[in-house]
Amino acid sequence: MQAFEYASPKGLKEAVAMLGPDAALLAGGTDLISLMKDYVVSPKRVVSIRNIKELGGISGKSGGVRIGAAVTFDELLSSSAIRAYPALIQAAQGVSSPQIRNVGTVGGDLCQRPRCWYFRQGRGLLAMHNGKSLVEGGENKYHAIFSSGPAKFVSASSLGPALIALGAKIGVTGASGSRSVDAAKFFVEPKSESEREIALAPNEIVTEVVLPAAGSLRSGTYEVREKQALDWPLVTCSVAMGSDWTRVVLGHVAPVPYHAEAASKMAGASGAKMTDGDIQKVAEAAVAGAKPLSQNAYKVHLAKVAVARAFQAARG
Amino acid sequence: MAEYTWPAMEKRRVVGKRISRLDGPAKSSGKAKYPSDLNPSNILYGAILTSPHPHAKVKFIDTSAAESMKGVTSVRVVAPAGTEIQWAGAELAFVAADKETIARDAIRAIKVDYEVLPHLVREEDLAKAGARAKAAGEQVSGDPEKAFTESAATVEGFYGIPVITHCCLEPHGQTIQWQGDKIEYWPSTQNVSGVGGDLARGLQIPVANVSVHMDYMGGGFGSKFPSDIWGRESAQMSKASGGRPVKLFLDRATELTIAGVRPSAYANVKVSASADGTITGWQSESWATGGIGGGGMAPIPYVFTGIPNKRMNHTAVSLNAGGARAWRAPNHPQASFITCSALEDLAAKLKMDPTDLFLKNLAYTSRADVYRSQIAKAMEMIDWKKNWHPRGEGPLDGRMRRGLGMGIATWGGAGHASECRVNIHPDGGVEIELGSQDIGTGTRTAIAMVVAEMLGLDHTMVKVKIGENSFPPSGASGGSTTIGGVSSSSLKAATDALQKLMEVASASLGTSADQLEATDSTIRVKGDPSKSLSWKQACQKLGTRTISETGKNDPKNPGGLNTQGVGGIQMADCSVDMDTGVVRVNKVVAVQDCGLVVNPKTAESQVYGAMIMSVCAALIEERVMDEMTGRVMNADMEFYKLAGIADIGEMQVHMDITPEHDKRGVIGLGEPCAIGGVASLANAVANAIGVRVPTVPLTPDKVLKALYGDKLGMVRA
Repeated sequence: MQAFEYASPKGLKEAVAMLGPDAALLAGGTDLISLMKDYVVSPKRVVSIRNIKELGGISGKSGGVRIGAAVTFDELLSSSAIRAYPALIQAAQGVSSPQIRNVGTVGGDLCQRPRCWYFRQGRGLLAMHNGKSLVEGGENKYHAIFSSGPAKFVSASSLGPALIALGAKIGVTGASGSRSVDAAKFFVEPKSESEREIALAPNEIVTEVVLPAAGSLRSGTYEVREKQALDWPLVTCSVAMGSDWTRVVLGHVAPVPYHAEAASKMAGASGAKMTDGDIQKVAEAAVAGAKPLSQNAYKVHLAKVAVARAFQAARG
Repeated sequence: MAEYTWPAMEKRRVVGKRISRLDGPAKSSGKAKYPSDLNPSNILYGAILTSPHPHAKVKFIDTSAAESMKGVTSVRVVAPAGTEIQWAGAELAFVAADKETIARDAIRAIKVDYEVLPHLVREEDLAKAGARAKAAGEQVSGDPEKAFTESAATVEGFYGIPVITHCCLEPHGQTIQWQGDKIEYWPSTQNVSGVGGDLARGLQIPVANVSVHMDYMGGGFGSKFPSDIWGRESAQMSKASGGRPVKLFLDRATELTIAGVRPSAYANVKVSASADGTITGWQSESWATGGIGGGGMAPIPYVFTGIPNKRMNHTAVSLNAGGARAWRAPNHPQASFITCSALEDLAAKLKMDPTDLFLKNLAYTSRADVYRSQIAKAMEMIDWKKNWHPRGEGPLDGRMRRGLGMGIATWGGAGHASECRVNIHPDGGVEIELGSQDIGTGTRTAIAMVVAEMLGLDHTMVKVKIGENSFPPSGASGGSTTIGGVSSSSLKAATDALQKLMEVASASLGTSADQLEATDSTIRVKGDPSKSLSWKQACQKLGTRTISETGKNDPKNPGGLNTQGVGGIQMADCSVDMDTGVVRVNKVVAVQDCGLVVNPKTAESQVYGAMIMSVCAALIEERVMDEMTGRVMNADMEFYKLAGIADIGEMQVHMDITPEHDKRGVIGLGEPCAIGGVASLANAVANAIGVRVPTVPLTPDKVLKALYGDKLGMVRA
């Protein structure tokens, strides 16, 4: 690991001032430290945000819930404030390591880098080699089945699909002030090696996640994985159903959490009342347009199963 | 000449009891120091530059930038220009520095130019191996063609078990110090008595100048016998750095890339039987790799070696990938998986319960009676009669379909050469010294138990000293040879030392030594407990003299204290999610004999560990090679998947402890219990889902493909 300067500011403004292209934010460190040890990133300055009080805490906000970006998974799961959002709880429970839940944060989950093994071996986000995609020609069992460009990795975020399904907003603060981004727009598909997979400038910090009022909301998350002990999911699905809408969001199938819009529209206002046959049709719609790679057609099938089971979880 | 025998089974007071390992508290509290825990003063850290290319020639290597970095004390090139690299991860250069971070940065400052050469890193598809595939010749017995033509049932199948890598919790490496002409060497090794000689040979120095020390180690499983290039180079870097100690343990990625793999095994198998299930013929075309050296044939057909008509062909495939090292029961888990899978498929075709087919053919094995009783016991433990259903007809609970399967094992396990010294001091202290090692199996505790048994003491009253090559030499711990070796040498040394003590004590007790016995921490007259000395009183009679006796196990003449040849049966009960292909283990059971069981508690622990390793290899574990880059893609603990508690299901172990097994003497256990598990799990899944998943690990992608093939996208969600 390359030597670096370490800063531990106490205030958000101070922290933002320390950021820049050569700096990295350190929260729980479950991702950053391994990226640094593998020389995938070599920041000159590491800015710890652990001592910034305004990034912590879970509280009510506009009928919904505000979750500080530095809230750990353990704090999140211990909070009664999120009881009305089962999709989020079930997504957080998928991180089945007490060690990671104890230090990993909500903001860190959203900003963590992809687990693509080509990326982690230093071959870049797009893993291109002599003009060819290493992913497409190589080991792509765990990679994307939906992708509109050259990126074939999958978003690693555990909470992203649930937050998008629930209609959450993500608060971001930078030098020029604060803004609020729809969770769905926070994740982006990079089209070139110089782009990032999240809509965050180098001098910005994720400060909070805001869940809308739950009302009569029903929601659920289902996760398929090879191991029951700590493992990355093969596919996840989060479903949320309001009074006149449904949102179906798949995880680990695309470079972003994948909002299956056709499926959401099909379920529409009747999400909670659908028969098994209806759910089957929605599941089919959710994977329409999937373009599996050489080794991951099975994920298309798993995605359908995950959609159906997420609906079942949401119906209770 | 003393008589060396195990006390009668019913008279033993220590051996055969369930005793917790003596070093458990030290290990669990962190007090026990492993070689990788050691930080002698003035320490340096070593790091290795490895090749990113699987096949290349080094054209140019420049270490000047690394050498001039502050804190770097030594840089050594081991692959100079002209060297041909045969796998990614091969060692090119070593660095020692004041800090680990500096050593790693220095490694990255070394400039290397390569001439990249063509490579091959995958062997599952033999047709793509080309000139890398070398036929090993054909073995034929009887008339297999006639058998296949005339038999009532014949099945053909393809079975494969991939390369898996060693993944010891403590990686390979050592702390080492070369000062003057002496080397102090703290390796993580399975070979305390021999590894110093191996190092000395590589460094061309006298063996006597190397002192090996290892109290504890974090696993070996067959991969930690030699001193290795990292041991020799670390010694050289210590010498070049003014004798400062150098610590170098492989990082996880390097550990999983070059510290040894278990070879793969793939086979197309044809096997036939008459209508009653009697196997009539076997034919196999197998292939395997263990790296650049190819890979030998797993011993198939396994256990059922007496099948009359056989034809076996094997092909070794040479790959540009890290090489093989012995891996708990070399080639046996592969052979058991291939053979038991083919026999389970045959039973399914005959619509037979596979246990009936196995039982029907036990005459083809070398220990029919042992297997018969073990199968019966395992069936009872897993409630086979109640829970087994014909293939694909198991009960459906929601979308979970349940199935049962079995696997079989055999192994040798005779004791290795071992010498042991028992010292009895005038203050009553007892020390046992031998150049052995406890690789995590409980050897230290077993030795204490044996000596305590022979001396009539409690096992906490004796002190076991192992892990030094200055102690009497004992064999390397490999092939399940340790317990037979060390228990026999310890028993003999303790017998002789006790004899000496009794000769001294007999005068005080007014009788001859042969009329005395040692029991309950006393030396007393046989048949007259009133005439006795406490252990301490008896030892005081030595005055200032210490009794020191050495016992020796000669593998050619173990004298009935240890022997070899065991069987084992494992059975598995799994449920498979028919929609996701996820396999869940409900229960696995193991029935294992290993002769006289010194400590049933640690023996069972050893079997549990092996069963967990089997769950890994059957369901989730494999080395993933990328043909484009030639690299291991999952050289980490994230995608190199190993089971957690949530994955292993319920486990039950039954050690075959009977007078018949006991009278054979001690037999090793490490390998045999690590063999049958993969087969049992693969067969349970085939039984559950109704079709064979040809290759392990049985991950959802493969299970779904076996279930639905090309219709994968069309089934119900």
